[in-house]
Amino acid sequence: MKQPFESVVAQHSVTVLRVCRALLGVQDADDAWSETFLAALRAYPDLPETANVEAWLVTIARRKAIDVQRAAKRDPLPVETLPEAPTSIGVPGTDDTDLWEFVGRLPGKQRQAITFRYLAGMSHAEIAAILGGTVDAARRAAADGLKTLRKHYPGANTKGAVQ
Amino acid sequence: MSDVRNDDALTALSAPIDPETLARLHARLEHEAHAEGLVDVAYTTVDSPVGKLLLAATTKGLIRVAYAREDHDRVLENLAEKVSLRILRAPKRLDDAARELDEYFDRRRKVFDLALDLSLSRGFRQLVQRYLPEIGYGQTRSYREVAELVGNPRAVRAVGTACATNPLPVVVPCHRVLRADGSLGGYVGGVDAKAILLELEVAA
Repeated sequence: MKQPFESVVAQHSVTVLRVCRALLGVQDADDAWSETFLAALRAYPDLPETANVEAWLVTIARRKAIDVQRAAKRDPLPVETLPEAPTSIGVPGTDDTDLWEFVGRLPGKQRQAITFRYLAGMSHAEIAAILGGTVDAARRAAADGLKTLRKHYPGANTKGAVQ
Repeated sequence: MSDVRNDDALTALSAPIDPETLARLHARLEHEAHAEGLVDVAYTTVDSPVGKLLLAATTKGLIRVAYAREDHDRVLENLAEKVSLRILRAPKRLDDAARELDEYFDRRRKVFDLALDLSLSRGFRQLVQRYLPEIGYGQTRSYREVAELVGNPRAVRAVGTACATNPLPVVVPCHRVLRADGSLGGYVGGVDAKAILLELEVAA
């Protein structure tokens, strides 16, 4: 049985936001998030009961991210200061703008591949279906993206040494 | 996935999102979905002397008031099945209902003045539910009297069912219908809730 749409929002809101941030950067992610759930709300009654709701949302999010990028007609990665307030939870990396900047610098396919693989938990086959190309190519893009990201974002221990 | 476990970069990517950010995005969705006419059912929950109440409204009016013991998640699933899947927590549409309930529980209101959507009930049940608001504040009727008043004196049991399945308790006052001997009878919100409402109305 399909859940009320509010449950869909409650369950997938965070993943969709992470995906939007990874594809667009923090600043434009809100627009894409909003457009994604609006489009999803519109189409939800027609979604087959057996559909993977998260994969469906991520597919919409990718499309909306492209729309937002086109509408903005500018570099996908804004460099100005981001409006997000630091979290009080104190978890390292939360709303970490440095990290999103690194993600934004990855080549498009790598950025999308690691987003879908590691934030949306999609299989390489699902990613290949979205990006076009072979499953191997999707796997490679995810692995290369991760490698690049690790190199440029080595994490807390060495963070002070970066830049 | 052991190759990426505890990876700092990935941990950071999937770090928690500030709850305020999510609340802000949800509010924006409520606003934009409403503007585009996409919210078939809006709902919210309010606190009351009879526990947390779920209020849900279509564009026609208030369609559901539910007690916590009815299980709000199940009530929403039921609305999704019977009315529309386009259900959103969007309190604004329920502002009037919430305010009038507040006034009622505060003994400042005796009659509800709200648009109602009675489409969850049909036939005789809906007929009874339409009649119930005519039982005035602080008054009571027996199931038999209600059956007589709706022109079907032998339908006592059906009146009981109509009260038990009232989708709009409190607002549509099925709590004012008692057994012929004056005992409370059943209630969708539990007998305690029925007693609280009757006491509240008597004391006013």
